Amino acid sequence: MKELLQVSASPHIRSKRDINKAMRLVIIALIPTLIFSTYLFGIRALIIVLLSIITSVVCEAVMERMLGRNISITDGSAILTGILLAFNLPPGVPFWIPIVGSAFAIIFAKQLFGGLGYNFINPALAGRAFLMASWPWAMTKEWLAPVNGTLSGIDGITSATPLNLLKNAANYGDPHFVIKHLNEFATIKNLFIGKVGGCIGETSALLLLIGGIFLIIIGITDYRIVVGYLGSFILLALVLPTRGSLLFHLFSGGLFLGVFFMATDWVTSPITKKGRWIFGIGCGVLTMVIRVWGGYPEGVSYSILLMNVFTPLIDRLTRERVFGEIRKGKK
Amino acid sequence: MAKGFSGGVHPHEEKYTEKIAIEAMPLPKRVYIPFSQHTGKPALPLVKKGDEVKVGTKIGEADGFISSSVHSSISGTVVDIKKYPHPVVGESLCCIIESNNQDEWEQGVKVKQNYESLSRKELIEIIKEAGIVGLGGAAFPTYVKLSPPEGKKIDTIIINGCECEPMLTADHRLILEYPIGIIEGAGLFQRVLDAPRLIFAIENNKLDAADVLKKEGVEVVILKTKYPQGAEKQLIKAVLNREVPRGGLPMDVGCVVQNVGTAYAAFQAAKYRKPLIDRVVTVTGDGIKEPKNLLVRIGTRAIDVINHCGGYTNPPKKIIFGGPMMGIAQFTDEVPVIKGTSGIIVRARAQTFPEGPCVRCASCIDVCPMGLMPTEIYKFVKNRRFKTAKEFGALDCIECGCCAYSCPARIPLVHYIKYGKAEIRRTEKK
Ligand code: SF4
Ligand code: SF4
Repeated sequence: MKELLQVSASPHIRSKRDINKAMRLVIIALIPTLIFSTYLFGIRALIIVLLSIITSVVCEAVMERMLGRNISITDGSAILTGILLAFNLPPGVPFWIPIVGSAFAIIFAKQLFGGLGYNFINPALAGRAFLMASWPWAMTKEWLAPVNGTLSGIDGITSATPLNLLKNAANYGDPHFVIKHLNEFATIKNLFIGKVGGCIGETSALLLLIGGIFLIIIGITDYRIVVGYLGSFILLALVLPTRGSLLFHLFSGGLFLGVFFMATDWVTSPITKKGRWIFGIGCGVLTMVIRVWGGYPEGVSYSILLMNVFTPLIDRLTRERVFGEIRKGKK
Repeated sequence: MAKGFSGGVHPHEEKYTEKIAIEAMPLPKRVYIPFSQHTGKPALPLVKKGDEVKVGTKIGEADGFISSSVHSSISGTVVDIKKYPHPVVGESLCCIIESNNQDEWEQGVKVKQNYESLSRKELIEIIKEAGIVGLGGAAFPTYVKLSPPEGKKIDTIIINGCECEPMLTADHRLILEYPIGIIEGAGLFQRVLDAPRLIFAIENNKLDAADVLKKEGVEVVILKTKYPQGAEKQLIKAVLNREVPRGGLPMDVGCVVQNVGTAYAAFQAAKYRKPLIDRVVTVTGDGIKEPKNLLVRIGTRAIDVINHCGGYTNPPKKIIFGGPMMGIAQFTDEVPVIKGTSGIIVRARAQTFPEGPCVRCASCIDVCPMGLMPTEIYKFVKNRRFKTAKEFGALDCIECGCCAYSCPARIPLVHYIKYGKAEIRRTEKK
């Protein structure tokens, strides 16, 4: 008897990119930032990231075991969640913070919703929000100044991050003077290359930009969300009374980290093309609104979380245009 | 500039045989000719066990409007008419003919005819009698496409030389080696339909073929190499920027698309009264010792073709009839080549793609040339919500395979969608 022939449905070839590979590429895009942050804030930053990764992977394995799912830790998604969560923490936080945060992210925001593909909010951002709500002191005070730089990016002011400074300028001396300083070229340059304080992964706008563009070019990240987000953000930065200059807003805080690596998360962003535009624009508007009128100096993570919640609705309300479909009003 | 359509993918071309000239395969000992090789009703058998037949003897008569006649591809004796494996439908009624090694042709066949003076009606009749169907794969009876209903004016005929499926090179070789026949055949279509414009569409990975045609003075449009460039609706969009309406046919936008092989077959039918009894098949894949482009008589079993190509390199793991994107995996190597068989691909290695959860990456949506949302349709089908699947356009799917090809979760989306389509059609019939 001859060996049986394999009979399966077409297509008989697949692209080389599976989930593991895609996740690996996203992780690679984040590595320059990780290396740079380790240089800026010392080995401490690296330890926080590693703790976060290890906790994520262990929690994923344990939860999947308990829930009777296939163990999927090799797909890289838990590692990615770990990195992103750590990147959203101040470098001075105690070491139990990344552990608690990533455990929350994986257990509550991901596995209890059904695991990869079923979570509707970004686990890393959910973990961060949980930490913010539970231990606000750790999340807002434990900043570290980078090597060869100051926390604020301005000489002489050492107790606040740039966005904090902008929000509460009056607390740090003459507000006009402070804001003028913030918008100076030297400060902007520090922001862009990353010689300022901030969360572990948000300091160097330049490296995040390179990683993000790399992901767009190789087709992992969708440009619609990025363009929608940045476009609406820039527009509002120009028309709203934001006090900071456009470049200041673009390069400060976790904007690029959020735009390129969190808003574009596959699972939690819309699948329709129109939906992705709406999602991106929504994020941009909300971020600016929070920065200008909200209680937090930074608005990126909350706006993305909020848009995550709207994603199912956006998907339901938008459709692709089927080939040959006659548009309404047109013949 | 090369033109295109939206969506699509770029699989590795792997066109290993594009430099290998077409070779006529020696006659097989036996042929297995199914009565159904086309879209529509099977042909009605005209012969019985024991009958003597020649090459070109009609053995099956078209049954109804959308059907096609079938001819013997060798001379010899009908040894049986019975159910036999079929490459598309699994099993069907088949005429088995034992060769007498004479290769005697039916009277009148292969004699040069003066076809320039034939009327449109006569031409259509000849193409119908010759059992010509679309050789690109769908095997739709050609004469039906050439008989648009009253009032449908065809202004453009596109001759499809895209051959966008990876690995296949049969059409490419045919253009390089028989350009005159193809152009003559295309001219016949043009005459029948009274169409002012005739365009040859070629992808930009076959510029040599485009040059050959251009030299003959016909209009050639160069298209981007992108799968599925050769799909009718995408082709019309790319060439003419016209969109066939949902559920409509190319003729609704004044267009008819014919494959290059079909044009060549029509030419042979008009000039030599030769029915469709052979076709060019690309035999390739890592499981084949000597990949080739072969002119094969219809009804030749895959195993005979493979043996002519030096046999298997290793025990075969998968045999595909057609291209790697849309072809059909066979359960036996005894299935015969039929009119729509453009390629035989043998894989020496088994490949499995374990299905993961949908990660909502939307690549399936971005690559779907029909603007569908495969991930949504697949979820509806999985939950047996066929009505919703239909609302989401399941029936518009052309089964090109782009979605499943690009899905990082390796979900066999086409498999689910095909199943959904079958279920939708079944419930609608009731
Ligand atoms: S849904 Fe159908 S038409 Fe769209 S990519 Fe998949 S197979 Fe092709
Ligand atoms: S390509 Fe696959 S994983 Fe991505 S959205 Fe479509 S079905 Fe889901």
